[in-house]
Amino acid sequence: MTEAKQPKRKVIKTAAAMGKYMADYYYELDNAAKTGERKIAWCTSVGPAEILRTMGFVVYFPETHAAMLGSTRMSTDLIPHATALGYSPEVCSYMTADIGAYLQKQTPLTKTFKGIEGIPKPDVLVYNTNQCRDVQDWFGFYAREFNAPILGISGNVTVNASTDAIVTGVALQMQDLIAPLEEISGNAFDMDKLKEVVGLSRQCSDTWKQVLEAASATPSPLTFFDGCTLMGPAVVGRGTPEAVKLYKQLLAELEERVAQKDGAIENERFRLYWDGMPVWGRLSAHSKLFASLDTNVLASTYCSSWIFSALDAEDPFNSMAKAYTDLFIVRSEDYKEAYIKEKLEMYQVDGIIYHDAKTCPNNSNCRYGMSNRIQEKTGIPSLVIDGDLNDLRCVSDEQTKTNVEAFIEQLEESK
Amino acid sequence: MANERIFAGVDVGSSRTKTVLMDASKQVIGHDVRHSGTVFSQTAEDGLKVALDMAKRPRSAIAKTVSTGYGRHNVTFSNATKTEIACHAKGSYYFFPKEIAIIDIGGQDNKIIKLDPLGGRRGFKMNRKCAAGTGAFLEEMSLRLNIPLEEMDAHAAQSEDMVKLGSYCTVFSGTEVLENIRNGEPVAAIIKGLFFSVIKRVLEMDSLSDNVVMTGGVVAHNPHLAEMAAEIIGKPVLVPKLPQFTGAIGAALYAMDTH
Ligand code: SF4
Repeated sequence: MTEAKQPKRKVIKTAAAMGKYMADYYYELDNAAKTGERKIAWCTSVGPAEILRTMGFVVYFPETHAAMLGSTRMSTDLIPHATALGYSPEVCSYMTADIGAYLQKQTPLTKTFKGIEGIPKPDVLVYNTNQCRDVQDWFGFYAREFNAPILGISGNVTVNASTDAIVTGVALQMQDLIAPLEEISGNAFDMDKLKEVVGLSRQCSDTWKQVLEAASATPSPLTFFDGCTLMGPAVVGRGTPEAVKLYKQLLAELEERVAQKDGAIENERFRLYWDGMPVWGRLSAHSKLFASLDTNVLASTYCSSWIFSALDAEDPFNSMAKAYTDLFIVRSEDYKEAYIKEKLEMYQVDGIIYHDAKTCPNNSNCRYGMSNRIQEKTGIPSLVIDGDLNDLRCVSDEQTKTNVEAFIEQLEESK
Repeated sequence: MANERIFAGVDVGSSRTKTVLMDASKQVIGHDVRHSGTVFSQTAEDGLKVALDMAKRPRSAIAKTVSTGYGRHNVTFSNATKTEIACHAKGSYYFFPKEIAIIDIGGQDNKIIKLDPLGGRRGFKMNRKCAAGTGAFLEEMSLRLNIPLEEMDAHAAQSEDMVKLGSYCTVFSGTEVLENIRNGEPVAAIIKGLFFSVIKRVLEMDSLSDNVVMTGGVVAHNPHLAEMAAEIIGKPVLVPKLPQFTGAIGAALYAMDTH
């Protein structure tokens, strides 16, 4: 009987420090929730975290919690509880898993971090619909449950170019958040503090960008699957000096590995690009699957979602508005196509995999003919995998495996 | 001749296990098909024995075995594995060595594989999201209509009329079938409608090139399906010899190539 070969993947040393950072972050939140010493704001992953930090809130990101529900494989059993409340199984499974967890009084935080009993109760919930409408519905659920104020920015979608008109509109909405947040936090808004936070956020973003771009080396020192866990501090810690320090440490580690030609997987024969979200409950399985085929999935649109290159400490509101509008997920099909084509070239990949996530059309970019168009124009083969971020009922392991193996066979035959 | 080396291809599909033995001149000298069952390794063993009997060769004559399909890793006597995509491509190109688009309708999944004139793979699509368009769909419907699966093809072929079934999923199609029965539609016209819907589901998976090849157990048992597909596509549809064995033949050819 033929056995799949055991993959060898390299360990990233800085990951331990990142894990410690995430633990400290959740304990800080838990402490705020238990003592009431600091106010807690819930924020969407690409929402105006800098403003909330400036106002003195400890910031909680439900999407990160939902990703933990996925990676611990708790999500699939929890989603039906939200479905029973009327939330369709076809809408965001981050949201439905998170609501299901709340209804069942479950959280992976309890298992991961000793002493934490639950998620931190919000004093305010602040969203930005730049990524999708679901976040507003998700936060709306909790606003009703906790009887907490909810504020938000109605971001633009399918943006071709972030024009002044668009940026000004979003910047004005951001400024409108200040007065209610002053009232809720009890703190006066401090422009200098915002400038400092925006500056730190930009540094975090720039360093994270360099980390991801280190994967363009051959062999690549990084995989997409590493990136999905290493991005934690870029999401929850942007605007803090600690996050900047961590990414500098990570970058140094990766640069050393690049210099030594020390790849993330032992014998990198094929390089792939991943479009869309990870299947959180299969992060490790997918990482092993590709490594066993001597293939490195080394870059993605998803991990780049926390790069905010437009941030400018000297013009915080306009630059935040621009940075949060410039994101890939916010953009038009034409922009996305050009962006992906550029990345395929930059990372020198042999193929691209599109993850068509059943419950997140916003992060699934193969639904309007993109995969065919890009393949025709670049000649780079593509594969679409059906799956989901959190609902494993939409995932067929067997189908994924056969598709991936057949794709690699195809690349092998054409080499 | 008796001690000439032979090559085995075993395709353990989710529904049936197909075994093929080929001699060095690429002739199929033995074959077997059986339900995959639950113990794939035993099924593959049993299939091999029957194929060897048919070929009148001892087991020791087998120089190499390649397994493919859903249970490819469970074939204990296999020397290497290949995916069913690779094997269907290889098997089809053996019969039709030109630029082809292969439609494979299996028990549980469909595939469209496109090959360039040299047999290189341009791309493939595979559907296992739902049963619509697969053999499992026709099996389910044969139960609902109380018509044995093997009789469906004759019904479809003789019917001039066809009911229109518009649903996307097996459950909804089942309801539509009941509705048509209630309305007194002839069973043959319903079966023809079912065949039509299978083809439609497959055709929406990908675009096709000029030469279309159809393989798989469903086409093997329902030749009218290929005729209907030709009509719908507006191009002749090629069906290889032993269409159900195309994957196993491809596997045997790989065994020969890599020996
Ligand atoms: S972008 Fe997708 S995964 Fe993220 S919150 Fe919105 S729907 Fe959910």
